[in-house]
Amino acid sequence: MSSNAKHLHSIDAGHYKNTAGCATETMPIPDVVKISMSQHIGAPCKPLVAKGDAVKVGQLIGDSDAFVSAPIHSSVSGTVVGIETQRSAMGGNDTLVVIETDKKQEMWEGIKVPEVDDLAGFVKAIKDSGLVGLGGASFPTHIKYNPRNLDEVHTLILNAAECEPFITSDHRTMLEDAQDIIDGMKLIMKYLNLDEAYVGIEANKPDAIAKLDQMFAEQGLTNMHTFTLQDRYPKGAERVLVYEITGKTMNAGVLPADLGIILSNVTTVAFVGQYFRTGVPLIQKRMTVDGSAVAEPKNVVAPIGTMIHDVMEFCGGYKEAPKKIIMGGPMMGRAIFSDAMPIVKNNNAILAFAEAQTNIPEETACINCGRCHQACPFGLLPTALATAYDNRDAEMLSRLKVMQCMECGSCSFVCPARRPLGFINKLGKGVVKEAGIK
Amino acid sequence: MDKYYDNLVVSSAPHLVTNLDTRKTMLMVIGALIPSFGVSIWVFGPRVISLTLVCVIASMFFEWAYNKLMHRPQTVGDMSAALTGVLIAFNVPSSFPYWMAVIGCFVAIIIVKQLYGGIGRNVVNPAITARIVLFISFATEMTSWPVARMSGIDAETSATPLGILSEGSIADLPSNKEMFLGFIGGSMGEVSALALLIGGLFLIWKKIISPIIPACFIGTVFVIALAYYGIKGGDVSALNMAIFHVCAGGVMLGAFFMATDYVTSPIMPLGKVIMGVGCGLITMVIRLWGSYPEGVSFSILLMNIMTPLIDQLCIRLTYGGAKKDEK
Repeated sequence: MSSNAKHLHSIDAGHYKNTAGCATETMPIPDVVKISMSQHIGAPCKPLVAKGDAVKVGQLIGDSDAFVSAPIHSSVSGTVVGIETQRSAMGGNDTLVVIETDKKQEMWEGIKVPEVDDLAGFVKAIKDSGLVGLGGASFPTHIKYNPRNLDEVHTLILNAAECEPFITSDHRTMLEDAQDIIDGMKLIMKYLNLDEAYVGIEANKPDAIAKLDQMFAEQGLTNMHTFTLQDRYPKGAERVLVYEITGKTMNAGVLPADLGIILSNVTTVAFVGQYFRTGVPLIQKRMTVDGSAVAEPKNVVAPIGTMIHDVMEFCGGYKEAPKKIIMGGPMMGRAIFSDAMPIVKNNNAILAFAEAQTNIPEETACINCGRCHQACPFGLLPTALATAYDNRDAEMLSRLKVMQCMECGSCSFVCPARRPLGFINKLGKGVVKEAGIK
Repeated sequence: MDKYYDNLVVSSAPHLVTNLDTRKTMLMVIGALIPSFGVSIWVFGPRVISLTLVCVIASMFFEWAYNKLMHRPQTVGDMSAALTGVLIAFNVPSSFPYWMAVIGCFVAIIIVKQLYGGIGRNVVNPAITARIVLFISFATEMTSWPVARMSGIDAETSATPLGILSEGSIADLPSNKEMFLGFIGGSMGEVSALALLIGGLFLIWKKIISPIIPACFIGTVFVIALAYYGIKGGDVSALNMAIFHVCAGGVMLGAFFMATDYVTSPIMPLGKVIMGVGCGLITMVIRLWGSYPEGVSFSILLMNIMTPLIDQLCIRLTYGGAKKDEK
């Protein structure tokens, strides 16, 4: 299914889906993993293990009492050799549980397939699985699946747009784990009592669309549909996706549930299906490894906590010295300062680029061409926002709706003067917040 | 694994940018002027080449020298000064003295552009302003139009079609076909409507310019001419005169290449409509009722000055809501 509804503005950022045909390879267990206690939006977990403890696969090693948090499990069997603190990509400090692996991958005795018969049980099981939004936001999923307005939610939307260039891990999930996705959808729809489900997929993945269409038809799932999105950036942004599929406007600060929608990334839902089949919590992650510095770009399943340089070694090592490594996609991903960092739950890609692709272009003066405005899905005027930011004019920033910006970076991408407009919007939001304007 | 890579480059997302930078944009616009340049050489001879070169070199020199003297970042490489040079050349007769053209380039680059802060900061279009300054300062030289080489007229200079029209002799006007192809007297780069149309459509196709300003500008000129000659009646065809007005003078060059100058035109679509209609309106008022035969440059200059106001107005209209159906 696809609609003729009006489309929001978007850009052609290129696709570079070099690894779309690469079947996922499972990497061998590394010698050491470092499992971060902060792999989600919300309160970090406290480590439940200490140096010298033996751990098994799936064992709970970090937890928190905070409402917005998700427990963390060991991805390997072995011995805890230390608790480290490391500067995180976000700039804060991360607590890492360092485990020397014994490579036996013995399963923890506590692992069992969850038995659930109501929503409360379902939400509890999701919480116990450690699941967070795997599309990149890493918001704890058990909160998302427990909306305050349960009676008003009616539609499940799966985000399978994968609009970021390079990344193909969601695409591979759909091709390789389609039954898990369907099982996950059935569970969510059953316990949240939802009527319809849409899987939003960009048109550049016709094989995934065909596969899901065929499986929905074969299994008589008449209330599940695929939805073909334009293959443009950023159709996979939550608020854009909701508009494209339902025609509903979702302003900043509004939750999908407020519009009657439960929205999850496709890989998140595939995990739900898998978890209710195996009972194994979230301990490994499929990700795309690509970029000009990578010798053998591929899709990899790695235990959470695997060091990035180990993943790179599995991908043939670097063919050129990396100058920039990005966690996530090139449009919204985060540049990290070192490859001695562990994989976390929401990693869907590791991209390593050599020097030639790493030039930070020199910024020049705005020529008022208006491309930033034409690119903005929400019709904001980034060049005017940048001027307002230069003047630290909180009122003007607010009037120009800086808070609506989702930082998709489309404006920065198209700017012929190479101005970091998306980043300036981020700073502009800070100015508005500081000024205390609603 | 012992070898880690740290001290990697950390920068804000996005980590990809489009290839199209300011320099490429300017080069595309210059490229789009090549058809007109070719027709101009054919119509007026080799002096078109030398005069264009003088203007380009002078403009780039002034840009380079100003930045050098003022210790500002060098911007001559963005090619915007080169484009201004080409446009100045296209706005003068092919017989125009070189030294006067250099004065035009000085006005455009130093006074209009650099004194206001360089690229992106100028209030009005440098080339248009230069044309007006030259027109007022050197009225004789600016209105001595060499004869088109294929016209068969045995004279050094001739009047432009709009000049003929303002003398009131409609019967002496060249045919619309001649007007469209450009075998007429006029400023170097504005004679061939066809060549300018090709360049303009190229820019629209490449998404360098939006079609709104040219469409509204040309559309307004056409409609006003149609209405004026329709109401006036007589034995002239209103449709012919409307086509004549669109092809004559600087409408095509102005609509596609000068009114669309990013810096001095509104950013929002509605603002572009106001800009285009305003340019067309002022042009026709000057042509039909003013004392000058041509009004394109004045119309663009006036609308340039209005641009910040138009932008203000449109931003307010647009941001009543963040999106159309916001509650």
